[in-house]
Amino acid sequence: MSVAQVKKPKPDGNNFSGNILAWFGTTLGQILVSILVPALTFLVLWQGYLFLQKANAPQIVQVLVAIIWGVGGVALLYLVTNWLVMKLPKRISKVLQPFVFVGPAVVIMGWFLAIPVLRSLIASFKNYLGTQWVGFDNYKFAFTDPRMLETFRNNLLWLIFGTAFSVGLGLLIATLADRTKAEVLYKSIIFTPMAISFVGAGVIWKFIYTYKGTGVGIQEIGLLNAIVTGLGGTPQPWLSLPPWNNFFLIIIMIWLQTGYAMVILSSAIKGVPSELLEAARIDGATEIKAFFSVIVPYIKGTLLTVTTTIVIFSLKTFDIVRVMTGGNNGTNVIANEFYLQSFTYTDAGKASAIAIVLLLLVTPVIVNNVRQYNQSRRGF
Amino acid sequence: MQKKKMFWSTLAVMLIAAMALGACQTAVTPATEAPTSGETVAALPQGQELANAYAGQYKGTIVTMAGPFTDQDEVVFNDSIKSFEEKTGIDIQYTGSKEFEANINIRLDGGDRPDIVDYPQPGLLKYAVEKGYAIDMTTLINPDWIKTNYSQAWQDLATMTGPNGPITAGIWARANGKSFVFYPKKAFDEAGYKVPTTWQEMMDLTAQIASDGDTPWCIGIESGAATGWTMTDWIEDVMLRVNGPEAYDKWVAGELKFDSPEMNEVLDYIEAIWFNDAYVYGGRAAIPTINFGDAPKPMFENPPKCWFNRQGNFVTTFFPEEAVAGVDYSFFYLPGIKEEWGKPVLGAGDIYAVFHDRPEVRAVIQYFSTGESLKVWVEQGGAILTHNDASLDWYVDPVTRGVAETIRNATTFRFDGSDMMPGAVGAGTFWKYMTDYVSGSVTREEALKAIDASWPK
Repeated sequence: MSVAQVKKPKPDGNNFSGNILAWFGTTLGQILVSILVPALTFLVLWQGYLFLQKANAPQIVQVLVAIIWGVGGVALLYLVTNWLVMKLPKRISKVLQPFVFVGPAVVIMGWFLAIPVLRSLIASFKNYLGTQWVGFDNYKFAFTDPRMLETFRNNLLWLIFGTAFSVGLGLLIATLADRTKAEVLYKSIIFTPMAISFVGAGVIWKFIYTYKGTGVGIQEIGLLNAIVTGLGGTPQPWLSLPPWNNFFLIIIMIWLQTGYAMVILSSAIKGVPSELLEAARIDGATEIKAFFSVIVPYIKGTLLTVTTTIVIFSLKTFDIVRVMTGGNNGTNVIANEFYLQSFTYTDAGKASAIAIVLLLLVTPVIVNNVRQYNQSRRGF
Repeated sequence: MQKKKMFWSTLAVMLIAAMALGACQTAVTPATEAPTSGETVAALPQGQELANAYAGQYKGTIVTMAGPFTDQDEVVFNDSIKSFEEKTGIDIQYTGSKEFEANINIRLDGGDRPDIVDYPQPGLLKYAVEKGYAIDMTTLINPDWIKTNYSQAWQDLATMTGPNGPITAGIWARANGKSFVFYPKKAFDEAGYKVPTTWQEMMDLTAQIASDGDTPWCIGIESGAATGWTMTDWIEDVMLRVNGPEAYDKWVAGELKFDSPEMNEVLDYIEAIWFNDAYVYGGRAAIPTINFGDAPKPMFENPPKCWFNRQGNFVTTFFPEEAVAGVDYSFFYLPGIKEEWGKPVLGAGDIYAVFHDRPEVRAVIQYFSTGESLKVWVEQGGAILTHNDASLDWYVDPVTRGVAETIRNATTFRFDGSDMMPGAVGAGTFWKYMTDYVSGSVTREEALKAIDASWPK
């Protein structure tokens, strides 16, 4: 475009199109075009929006328009803004151009993340309908209600035991598998549950924990109860035995997350230079000593990243509890209480307060995680 | 120069696209508005629009509907509205969702409001009314018709307070009674047992069945996210029988505490059955793990493994398909406890609410205010109507007819209390703490105190 501008087409009386182009080259023309083009772009996008909002057209037409409008709209916006910026003097366009690329992302992030957080924050100070200010009442509920205290206790259990066992087992298996021939096989087996959704895992484990009760002609179909009765014990309603039922739920997360920890840690362990290990062995270190003094410090960064990721998982845990117990019998967690408040009790105020509390709990971990990530990548 | 050309062609394409889209949009709008005009037709008792609809004036219009019933129920519902759709040319597009309770308020708040919504409980509708979304039914349907076709009790239950004062927030569709005990009739008769008519007789029979070496009661309260509602139904039923309707109303309104002598007396009656491992199939610990729909199944084994299942009439849809109503199973009314309170019936129902006022929506809701609209559902079983113009002859099997009769003849009819309480209690702590109490994770006193504490102030 800039090339075309430098070589302004000379006015040529015999050439009609040349004349028009020449007119567009004048300052007034350029200003007009600069206004007209964005206006047209806006018109096209707005019409598309209206069409999608109101249309009774066949579904296939709507879908096609949505795709063309969405993808094409982004391209169009980029083209038009870029064209506008390029028209500006070079000094200014150089400053503005990065924003053409970053701008949309920032706007979308703000729209989908910052504004909802802000709105939740505002809603958390209002009543259940969002019609009256109630001060810190919802936060008082979030920090003092026995139901909430129960969820904090349970999330703490998830945090400590879920994370410790996932990372610990992951590290152990990664280290041990590293020294066997069938490494791929072992790792695949441990990793497979990762492919199962939390809800799917919940359904699977429900069969393991099933309890049918005791009485005339009742047969246990649950795996765990089958094992227990096979060993001569009495069947137990595993999921309604507080506080142990929390651990039965946490086991599911460990089953799912160990594979994740193992894979990441395994690749980190493989990155430990063999010279270092050999040097340690020559210096007389036992395998255990070498593990704790060489391998662990070497993979510390990865270990921290994996741990923080799983910590966030356990703080946000929802699906398993929802599917298995619905938060009954002392297994409630913060995210489930938030869901109940929001969608079952329609109390937007309390739900928002809980969401903000959860956000505050997760934030330090995320900050740490990002910092860790930055360190290992240098420069992001 | 090449670049410039490309730019102009892009611009041209944009222009054409804008015009095309604009054209599409304007072409669509009038189609929905066109049929409002037309020759006048004599009004029906339900309203003018229903008559217009039958005259074909709204042909080709669409009315959207949302509700909680899915699968088989959705098929039956679509069957029952089919003849209306054929006669009028109005397309009623029903979308059922199992997550209805969670989704509907988001849809309403987000501006994505269906024209008509079928609410399974009035507590949920209250939210839409308080927010001012629901349209007053008396502006959509001839108020006189509402008065004729619904009993005062149902009308009162549909009156809710919106931002501009009380309105008739909805009209009732299907009802269900919950004060019923189902039993395996054939085996029951063969064993020589007699249907109990008083609570004492029922307890004696319970003891007798237990001493005969069987388990008398099938009880299960598991129901996914709604686990516990069967227990709260029991409590409501016994509450009506022990403390009467006035105390019941106070309790539902939050004036009578859960942790009160009245409630403790109720739980004494329930514990006598529920917490006796010899009386309940699977024992007390199994109750929270058995799904309410699976609970009656052992009744149909030969010989029955349990004998009584207290549940709403809708539970028959969970019975084995080959079981014949009136032969393989029947029901008796859950007997009264204290004579002064007569024969109260506990029930619930679906209520329709309207969120858009268009002529064709009016026509549909006027149609829904007639028993005719759900006749097919009644004939296929599983529905009991609240409409006065619905005939008892429509009910095909003796069990449903009996249930419908019991509901109509009840000396006292009370709506499911947990559906009327604030959502945080009625669909929350009441279910949750009763489940925890049955499983033994909290004591009775702890549970009752916790529910009281959770009541919104």
